[in-house]
Amino acid sequence: MFRTAGMRNLFMTPFCLWAGIFIFVPLFCMAWYAFTDESGFFTLENFTLAFDRPYFKALMLSVALALASTIICLILAYPLCLILTDKARDLSTIVSLLFILPLWMNSLLLTMAWQTILEKNGILNQMLRYFSLPDANLINTPTAIIIGMVYNFLPYMVLPLYVSLSKIDKRIIEAARDLGASYMQTFWKVILPLSLPGAVSGITMVFIPALTTFVISALLGGGKLLLIGNVIEQEFVAGYNWHWGAGLSMILMIFIVVNMAVTAFFDTSHEEVEEK
Amino acid sequence: MKRETIRLENIAKSFGKLTVLDEVELTIYESEFITLLGPSGCGKTTMLRIIGGFERPDSGRVIFNGRDITELPPNRRPINTVFQKYSLFSHMNVEENIAFGLRIAGKDEGYIRSKINYALKLVNLEGSEKYDVTKLSGGQQQRIAIARAIVNEPKILLLDEPLSALDLKLRRNMRSELVRINRETGITFVFVTHDQEEALSMSDRIVVMNQGYIQQIGTPEQVYNEPENAFVADFIGDSNIIDGIMVRDKLVKIFGREHACEDTGFPPECPVDVQIRPEDITLGEPSEDSFNGIVKKVVFWGMSYDIIVEADGFEWLVQSIHGREVGEEVSITFDPYNIQIMSKPQSEDEEAAQDV
Repeated sequence: MFRTAGMRNLFMTPFCLWAGIFIFVPLFCMAWYAFTDESGFFTLENFTLAFDRPYFKALMLSVALALASTIICLILAYPLCLILTDKARDLSTIVSLLFILPLWMNSLLLTMAWQTILEKNGILNQMLRYFSLPDANLINTPTAIIIGMVYNFLPYMVLPLYVSLSKIDKRIIEAARDLGASYMQTFWKVILPLSLPGAVSGITMVFIPALTTFVISALLGGGKLLLIGNVIEQEFVAGYNWHWGAGLSMILMIFIVVNMAVTAFFDTSHEEVEEK
Repeated sequence: MKRETIRLENIAKSFGKLTVLDEVELTIYESEFITLLGPSGCGKTTMLRIIGGFERPDSGRVIFNGRDITELPPNRRPINTVFQKYSLFSHMNVEENIAFGLRIAGKDEGYIRSKINYALKLVNLEGSEKYDVTKLSGGQQQRIAIARAIVNEPKILLLDEPLSALDLKLRRNMRSELVRINRETGITFVFVTHDQEEALSMSDRIVVMNQGYIQQIGTPEQVYNEPENAFVADFIGDSNIIDGIMVRDKLVKIFGREHACEDTGFPPECPVDVQIRPEDITLGEPSEDSFNGIVKKVVFWGMSYDIIVEADGFEWLVQSIHGREVGEEVSITFDPYNIQIMSKPQSEDEEAAQDV
């Protein structure tokens, strides 16, 4: 595209500067804090800290809730995307708009709306009382956090999944039916494996933000349920210990890197199929 | 007489306001190679999809071995399909593709193994079991698609323009391959194409279709030599189709001149379509008692020349192994048995059905 290497480098400069100042320098600072104690000496204590009871509990709870909401998103997204990719075009524009719309709204606002719905005297309980049903005590429970996560992150599951499902040729599905496969067999043996790359990138795009969130857990967990994101936030903002916060962040990053490695693996194996 | 295998009874199908099939009646016999031939949009693919169970007819019934299967989904029909673009499963290798139907049916691995070997031998692709299907050529993919369908021992194999994506040489090869597979397996082949050459060279019978109606059903020789209407005459091979009037049995009047023919049974003074194949016309010296004209255009095709001769305001297409000069005066002669008389469409409805 560019005639000379010099030209290319020139155009690369703004991004490199940006990446340097806002990605590499902060990462280096984090690593620095993570590997040192308050007097500036090298230590691994900030990492082993993660295995201390309260921190470890927060980490495990985070992983569990992130996993749960990822699985729920997956279960919700598959049937939806299968319907969207099936014939009815005019329906699909409306429904996909409905799913993209929440993306344009601030996630903090969305979560606060859920707070209002799930509160003790919130909209949900008022409706339940109207029908003389017992109250649902959802606010400040893991369930509330999962609801918030699913609501916030579902579009990130739907979009990649929709793209990969719509790439599957309808004739391939007909071929499976033709060869004797029922709807369910066609799904498990043909549609699922062919849409796996989309599902995997959807999983990444839901799992990582769900794992690191602290806003959703703060608003819907009421400060009683601490996720690893909340712990890290406290270490920094409430000013307890930046070294500990940095160490925990690094541990969280291991999860993210592993997840991204898995995604990359599926992406490359997918490309080989695409080549032809 | 051959045994009937599948029968379409008064099938109609429309998509929205567009009528794709109307009043379709067709009986297909065991082990035959039958071709649905027609221009695009004539309803041939829809008919195939109705047989396969991918479309449900608006009215009419599909009878298989005396049983009504109109409502049966594709996975429960003893019918398999070879799709136009092969539609192989890209996430499986060659043998997994072929084994797909057998595994669904719950066959044991020993049986599947022997079937894969048999099918790969049948399509001349032995030893390709572990190949990645996406790395195969178009012709090879098509063979795998055939193998994948045939291992299930269908009673009927549907082929939806399976050769259209292949290059010319490969297509010629595959034609005789398909006929051989049809003979070897005894499976009924229902083949869809818009290529008349394919239809003529491969089929036991041809169903010529246009605008949702069946125009003629017959052997390749019948539809070529004795087309029932001007559409069939025009669609299959090249034709000169001329308005004529039947004077009496065995005598037709074209361009004001009476000419002997062999057709009988038309009422006197009945307007008809007269078809004369370009290869049946002989060019000679102009004379009193023949159609005389002037050569307008000559195209050399290698094997023969296409010569356009204008006579009586009509442009005759003549095929000859001898060339002519443009501007030359020639006579046009043909034998009575080379004339095919076809009745003109009677009503407007029939006219639409023929779309000449």
